[in-house]
Amino acid sequence: MSLLSINQSGPFTHQVSSVQKTMFTVLLALMPATAFNLYLFGWPAILLFTITVGSCVVAEALCLALAGQPIKAALSDYSAALTGWLLAMSLPPWAPWWVGVLGAVFAIGLAKHTFGGIGQNMFNPAMVGRTVLLISFPVVMTAWVMPHPLFSAGAPGLFEAIGITIGGQMPDAVSAASALGHVKTELSRGIPVTQSMAQVPDLMDMMLGYRAGSLGETSAVLILAGGLFLMARRIISWHIPLSVMGGLFLIAATFHAVDPARFSSGTFHLVSGATFLGAFFIATDYVTSPVSKKGQLVFGVGCGVLIWLIRTFAGYPEGVAFAVLLMNALTPIIDQYTRPRAFGRNRKGEPLPLGKGKP
Amino acid sequence: MSSQYKTIIRDGLWENNGVFAMLLGLCPSMAMTTSATNGLGMGLATAVVMAASSMLVGMFRNRITQEVRIPVFILVIASMVTLVDLFMNAWMHELYKVLGMFIPLIVSNCLPLARLESFAGKNPTLPSLVDGLFMGLGFTIALTIIGAVREIIGVGTLFADASLLFGPAFKFMEMRLLPTDTGILMMILPPGGFLTLGFLVVGKRMLDVRAGKAIQMGGAHSAA
Repeated sequence: MSLLSINQSGPFTHQVSSVQKTMFTVLLALMPATAFNLYLFGWPAILLFTITVGSCVVAEALCLALAGQPIKAALSDYSAALTGWLLAMSLPPWAPWWVGVLGAVFAIGLAKHTFGGIGQNMFNPAMVGRTVLLISFPVVMTAWVMPHPLFSAGAPGLFEAIGITIGGQMPDAVSAASALGHVKTELSRGIPVTQSMAQVPDLMDMMLGYRAGSLGETSAVLILAGGLFLMARRIISWHIPLSVMGGLFLIAATFHAVDPARFSSGTFHLVSGATFLGAFFIATDYVTSPVSKKGQLVFGVGCGVLIWLIRTFAGYPEGVAFAVLLMNALTPIIDQYTRPRAFGRNRKGEPLPLGKGKP
Repeated sequence: MSSQYKTIIRDGLWENNGVFAMLLGLCPSMAMTTSATNGLGMGLATAVVMAASSMLVGMFRNRITQEVRIPVFILVIASMVTLVDLFMNAWMHELYKVLGMFIPLIVSNCLPLARLESFAGKNPTLPSLVDGLFMGLGFTIALTIIGAVREIIGVGTLFADASLLFGPAFKFMEMRLLPTDTGILMMILPPGGFLTLGFLVVGKRMLDVRAGKAIQMGGAHSAA
């Protein structure tokens, strides 16, 4: 028996890394923010969340069955659950049930499995789901409500919640604009940012999350905690989150300094909307972001700048989903141009000349 | 009917369908299929142009030299399109207003040109006419199906406004399949066109595979 065939390896230790484990860690990191927000928005949010995650898993199973792939093995990697989870966090908490189901069909069926399943998708599935819903049902998808914490006065009980989520009976007089939406609407009425800013929750409330918005838009602090946890576990690196937020902050702060009446401040952009969720959990998706660190920085800054552009000039108040999808489309090109040089070869892949230049 | 015509007809309607198999003429099949009525109107206009120009080119195929055939083909198609354009402006004005720019643009649709190049330029008059007509009808069927899928999912109706466009006799076609305000708006927008076409192409290939046929990769050169 030759030496090579002996079943032994060098004295390296390595930590087992699997899709399942990665996904589970991400779910774990999302847990605090989710729990807090489910508490904040009460039973309707819990129902919608359950329905969305459930339909994502069911959609995944159906697609796998259609493709003739083993269902159980693929389902147990939690990737469908994570997609559903992120999708649910980007929906208005009191949206009717079919929003979650349709979103799951588009996210899993369209964005993930038509491209070939896990690892093959070009675009972030959860964001495709959200974007399709936002474009198709603009009214439902922007019906934000003020927080109604569980068991507090005026919060809907379980049966009322079933009426809201399943029956689609949205109670009146609970709706509220998200901070971004409010500033945008006021601006279109000719009221400068400096005035409308007085009516949005102050930055501390926005950080902690007691405000109207989707599940994942509120509570920047808990999202940040989850993101830092992911970094500590080496699931994500600092490159994408920092460059997304840095790009957004820099361009917003620059324009704010020039014309504070027209442009909101950098800090406001950072803590409002889905900036934190997008930067830590959505833009960092392994499949749809560049491989190299340099590419990730380009990707992140691009996301940040696009978020600001869309929020400031486009028709929609929030642009994280659009920005991430647009940068997803650019990811192959970014990867192409930021490919690291192989050792002993130049950037074109040709061998370096021998014996020339310095010794 | 001889087997030659049968083959031509089956090719045009299914095997070599202009949209679903050859993937030609995609601009109108994306832009003009926001409803089944629009798809039907656009398809019929194209079918008329294709039948007429195929017949003419089939007639004069021995007069058209190899060197100038493309300009001649384009001129023949352009004349036919002008006729259809004026005809529709005069007698189907509502439909004309909806289809608008896309009627003149039939000239630049690659499906008529592809059929002239690959079939009518090499075959006698009658087979050319049949080929142009059934390729055009296949195109019409494809556009109507795409339009129907997008319209049903997008706004929940089918053949809405057909009576307005084709005349009161077509009132019976107008249907509402889903209650109002339940449509998925995206299907009417451009992404819906791409999605619908993609899934329908896959659907055709699945049917072909199930029927035991080898999948023919599309392209004008594989035609005829």
